Amino acid sequence: MLAVKADNLVKNYGKKASAVKALKGISFEVQPGELFGIIGPDGSGKTSLFRILTTLLLADEGTASVDGFDVVKDFKQIRERVGYMPGKFSLYPDLSVAENLEFFATIFDTSIEENYDLIRDIYVQIEPFRDRKAGKLSGGMKQKLALSCALIHRPSVLFLDEPTTGVDSVSRKEFWAMLKTLQTKGISILVSTPYMDEAAQCDKVALLQDGNVLTINTPAEIVKNFDGKIYGFRAANMLHLLNELKGLNEVQSAYPSGIYHNAVMAEDRLPSVLSKLKMDHPLDLEQVELTPTIEDCFMALMK
Amino acid sequence: MNQFLIFIKKEFLHIWRDKRTLFILLGMPIVQIIIFGFALTNEVKNARIAVLDFSKDPTTQSIIAELEASRYFEVERTISSYQQIETAFKSGHIKLAVVFPGEFAQDMAHLNKATVQLVADASDPNVANTLTNYASAIIMDYQQRITDQRKLPYTITTEMRMLYNPQLKGAFNFVPGVMAMVLLLVCTMMTAITIVKEKEMGTMEIMLVSPMKPILIVLAKAVPYLVLSIVNISSILLLSVYVLEMPINGSLLLLVSVSILFTLVSLSLGLLISAGAGSQQTAMFISLVALFLPTVMLSGFMFPVENMPLPLRMVSNIVPAKWYYSIVKAVMIKGLGFNAIWKETLVLTGMMIVFLGLAIKKFKIRLA
Repeated sequence: MLAVKADNLVKNYGKKASAVKALKGISFEVQPGELFGIIGPDGSGKTSLFRILTTLLLADEGTASVDGFDVVKDFKQIRERVGYMPGKFSLYPDLSVAENLEFFATIFDTSIEENYDLIRDIYVQIEPFRDRKAGKLSGGMKQKLALSCALIHRPSVLFLDEPTTGVDSVSRKEFWAMLKTLQTKGISILVSTPYMDEAAQCDKVALLQDGNVLTINTPAEIVKNFDGKIYGFRAANMLHLLNELKGLNEVQSAYPSGIYHNAVMAEDRLPSVLSKLKMDHPLDLEQVELTPTIEDCFMALMK
Repeated sequence: MNQFLIFIKKEFLHIWRDKRTLFILLGMPIVQIIIFGFALTNEVKNARIAVLDFSKDPTTQSIIAELEASRYFEVERTISSYQQIETAFKSGHIKLAVVFPGEFAQDMAHLNKATVQLVADASDPNVANTLTNYASAIIMDYQQRITDQRKLPYTITTEMRMLYNPQLKGAFNFVPGVMAMVLLLVCTMMTAITIVKEKEMGTMEIMLVSPMKPILIVLAKAVPYLVLSIVNISSILLLSVYVLEMPINGSLLLLVSVSILFTLVSLSLGLLISAGAGSQQTAMFISLVALFLPTVMLSGFMFPVENMPLPLRMVSNIVPAKWYYSIVKAVMIKGLGFNAIWKETLVLTGMMIVFLGLAIKKFKIRLA
């Protein structure tokens, strides 16, 4: 039985004529025990998709099921077995860490002791602050508390909507490590993120843009399927360089990436590109050949 | 059941930790009672009046003594002619003049009937009205007493519309009004705001994706405010009895029970508002405009409903506070029992069932 199955989901907001099309026919499947990533920029439809799957919204078209239960018909069963962490920090800021956890445990008809083994690794990190108000925690701590609260009832499927947004990079790494541990305990995880570099952490990713799925594959396959060559360029005048790269026929796409501007070419046309660029940047032009990362693949797909 | 209890505990923690709001919720009734009781009263005390006694006989002397003895009047003795009265009125020095004609004692003795002229400064009609009422009540009272003493075959009575409140005490009027207002504010506005707050904060989203039944969420939200309201009812009643010296003439149990019924009506209304409102501002705005104003204007607390035009009288029937207000007046002031208020109680019960039913029906189990 699939952990999550979405079939041609469509969601529009507003009146017919001026409706905003948030989802334009989304289909994917998540296997049990899989860590599935939904990667997409802001406004690509990630939150709408999560809300449909967690029975909070009704889709206009299409069907979806979680753990074999229909999201419309069997919403009660789904609400008993999923864990959901919304994108916005949604715990009670005036309750302490321990009170929040106890509250959510009781709401889900369980106790902290019963499932402590599941959250122990995460909770020990925030336990020193157990009497601090949740509103006074740092961003990373809040995420850990929210995750503990979402896990406390041992859900079979965990929905995490942008859990790492607004969290520092060290905490983000820790967070992904925690998700991998949870995976080993048999929990299927559906996680969304706008950060493409996090895609590599998932078993499988779906790339979302403007309500459409661009591709669904394992990160390794996505990189392998990358077609073409990619070079990084740098010079003193980076802005000018980027505009120049974008204007060249040989270059399919150019975008800033770290200290370089990445340029994607269908075939290796480096010499001709270099000769054109050298005219404006005779002294300081540097170039390096890059192996495509998952970000480069997404940038290419999103063209 | 555990779910329900922990939810109530959580609500209490929210209220307890928000000390400022808690202070307002518990302090508001006390401040209102004190302000209405001592400052915003339409009672007139120690008004300066002039007495022009052309008769100067024992009867007029004792009437003047009675007027002076009351705490409403202070007799200005320097005035001895009509001209002086006019100047005193114009300068605002006096509010009322009592004129005994020269033939007062004679008329009284031979015709059993005499006239007293009361001249009031009606630039403030309410004060003028109150003062003439006070003065004629005192004179009437005196007249009645001497009539009794002489055992004459007839007595003169005047209908004074001051039943149940012979001293026209303001407190008798506003205590029921303040009770209605405070309960409505605490219950309706606070419940509406607290549910909408969960929506705004996003915690409702998690709450919905949980096995907790929506009806339990709604009811658990209402319980702490019910408790708070009971505290408020007690503090209002204690203040009015011990500070304002206003008696509770009817059954205390009945009074408290109907107050709890009214609290439940207000709570249901708050839940209904929260089901429709999307933000805390909207919830507050609806509570204030749609509830608070009609309560003040149409419940009979500020302005008598009987004097309103028919359309407004009809509208006043859907204001829960109107029914509660008349129940409290009947029980607390007139000392009547349940058989005098069963109709109002029935109306309130019906309102509660309708509001609560609508609130539960309108509660969204999804986000949109």
